[in-house]
Amino acid sequence: MSPEALATLESVVRLVWLAGAAAFVLGLMRMNSPATARNGNLLSAGGMALAIGGTAVLLAARGEAGLTAWIIILAGIALGGGLGLYTARTVKMTAMPQLVSLFNAVGGGAAALIAIDDYIRLSNVQTFAPGGAIPLQVAIPTVLDVVIGSITFTGSLIASGKLMGLIPGKPIKVPGGQLVTLALAVVVAVAAIYLWLGNVSVPILFVIIAASLTFGVTMVLPIGGADMPVVISLLNSFTGTAVAMAGFVISNDVLIIAGALVGASGAILTKLMADAMNRSVINIIAGGFGGGEGTVAAEGPEGGTVRSLGVDDAAIQLAYAQNVIIVPGYGLAVAQAQHGVRELAELLEARGVNVSYAIHPVAGRMPGHMNVLLAEANVPYPQLREMEDINPEFDRADVALVVGANDVTNPAARRAGTPVSGMPILDVDHARSIIVIKRSMGRGYAGIDNELYVNPKTGMLFADAKQGLADLVAAVKAL
Amino acid sequence: MSPELLAALTVFVLAILCGFAVISKVPATLHTPLMSGANSIHGIVLVGSMVIAASATDLLSQLLSFVAVAFATMNVVGGYVVTDRMLQMFKRKPAAAKADGGAAPDAPKA
Repeated sequence: MSPEALATLESVVRLVWLAGAAAFVLGLMRMNSPATARNGNLLSAGGMALAIGGTAVLLAARGEAGLTAWIIILAGIALGGGLGLYTARTVKMTAMPQLVSLFNAVGGGAAALIAIDDYIRLSNVQTFAPGGAIPLQVAIPTVLDVVIGSITFTGSLIASGKLMGLIPGKPIKVPGGQLVTLALAVVVAVAAIYLWLGNVSVPILFVIIAASLTFGVTMVLPIGGADMPVVISLLNSFTGTAVAMAGFVISNDVLIIAGALVGASGAILTKLMADAMNRSVINIIAGGFGGGEGTVAAEGPEGGTVRSLGVDDAAIQLAYAQNVIIVPGYGLAVAQAQHGVRELAELLEARGVNVSYAIHPVAGRMPGHMNVLLAEANVPYPQLREMEDINPEFDRADVALVVGANDVTNPAARRAGTPVSGMPILDVDHARSIIVIKRSMGRGYAGIDNELYVNPKTGMLFADAKQGLADLVAAVKAL
Repeated sequence: MSPELLAALTVFVLAILCGFAVISKVPATLHTPLMSGANSIHGIVLVGSMVIAASATDLLSQLLSFVAVAFATMNVVGGYVVTDRMLQMFKRKPAAAKADGGAAPDAPKA
C-alpha cells in the first residue's frame, strides 16, 4: 500500500474509532430508561465491534504484524472471547456482581499489561542509546496505568472471591493492617517519583507492580461482604481510569474517551451507592464497622419484646389482606429466594390481593440488583416500585412482608445520633401489620438493632428466606 | 507540552464531563445493568492490546500482549453478553397486564 493510501486509511480508522466512542456515549444515554436500555447496550456493542474491526484493518494495512503476531491476536481473542461468552451465558443472575468484578479484573489487568509492555520496550531502546530518557508525558501515564490497573486486578479478584464464598465474606484483618497499606503506598510513591525524575529502570517498575498488586489485596480483604458492591463500583471506575491512562501511553484517543467515560460513571455510581447507605466511600475503604454477612448477634433488641409469628398465622394475614407490599432485601438475594417470593405473590394475586414490591435503591448486592433478580423470576416490571413512589402507600397497606431486608427498614434512621441516621428508608412501620422473615435476630450491615422488630405491629417469622417463603406458599395453598 | 498531548488532555477532560452528564440521569433500577454496560465499554482496551501485539517481536512482549488480548476480549464479550441478558429481563411480560392496573406506559420516561 502506498504511503498516501495508508495515511488516508489511518484517517478513516481514526474516524471509525470516533464513531465507536460516539456509540458508547449514545448507548449509555439510551440506558436511561428500561424501554431503550437494551437497545442502548446493543448500540454500544456495535460501536465496540466497529472500533475493533477498524483496528484489525489498520494493523493489516500497516503490515508490521507478522504471522506470529496475528496468531497471538487471534488466539487471544478466541480464548478470551470463549471464556467471556461461556461465563456470561451460564452465570446465575444472583452471581452477577462477582462476574462483573471478574471482567473488571481482567480489564484492569489488560490496561496494566499495555503500559508494562510499552515501558519494557522503551527501556530496551534506552540501553542502546545511553543518556536518553523516557519523556515525562509517557512516564506519568505509564506509572499511573500500572498502579491503578494492578490494584484493580487483585482488588477485583478478591472482591469476586468474597462474593463467590471462596474467601470469607467477613472482614479479614491483615497482620499489621493499616501500617502495611501505608508502607505499600509509600513504596509506590517513592518508586513513581524516582521514575518521573528521568531514571529508567525496569526492576523499579516491577517493584511498583508488586506493591500495587499487594495493595489491591490488603485494600479489599478487610472490607466486609456487604460492602462489596461499593468496592466493585469503585474498582470499575479505577479500570476506566487505567484504560484512559493506557490511551495516553500509546496515544490512542478512543481508549482515552472510553476510559474517561467509565471512570466518571463508576465514580458517580460509587457515590450514589455510598450515599444511599449513608456512608462515605472513605469510610468503607477504611474498613468501616460492617460485619458482612456473617454477623449473627444472639441477643434481641433492648427495651422491647419481639413477637414470634407462626407460618399459618402469617399465611392467614397475607391471604385475607387487600394490599400487600413486599420488601425484598439483601437476605433474599443471598438465599436466592426470588422465585419463592414471586410464587407467593402470584398465589396472593389469584386470591384478589394487590401485591407490589418496594425496592430500596440499594436492595440486593448492587443498586438495581433487586430489580434484575425479580425480573429474572418473572415478576412484572410495573409491580416493582421505587422508594419515593411507594413510601406513601405503606399507610394503606394491610401487610408489609419484609424478606431479608434490615437496615433499610429501621425507623431509627429518622432520628439523629444512630449509625443509620439520615439514611433514606422504606416506611414499613406505617403499614397496618408487618411480617419479617429473618433467620435470627442478627444485626444488619450497620451493626445496630432494628427498632422495627420490637414494634407491637411486627411479627417475626424466623426462617431462611427461601424456606420461609416455601412454607408460606404451602400454607396459603392449604387455606 | 506537545500539541498532541494537549489535544489528548482536552479529549480526556471533556470525556469525563460527558460521562458525568450522561450517567447521572440513569434511574437507580438500571444501575446494575449500567455498571455492567460501563464495565464492557472499558473492554476498548482490546484495541490497545491488539496494537501492542502487532508490534511484539521478543518473547516477553508476545506473552504479555497475548495475555492482554485474551483479558480484554473476555472483558468485551462477557460484559456485553451479560448486560444484554440482564436487560432482556426487563421486558414486560404479557401477564403483567392484570397486575397493578396494567396502566404502565411503554414509552420511555425520559
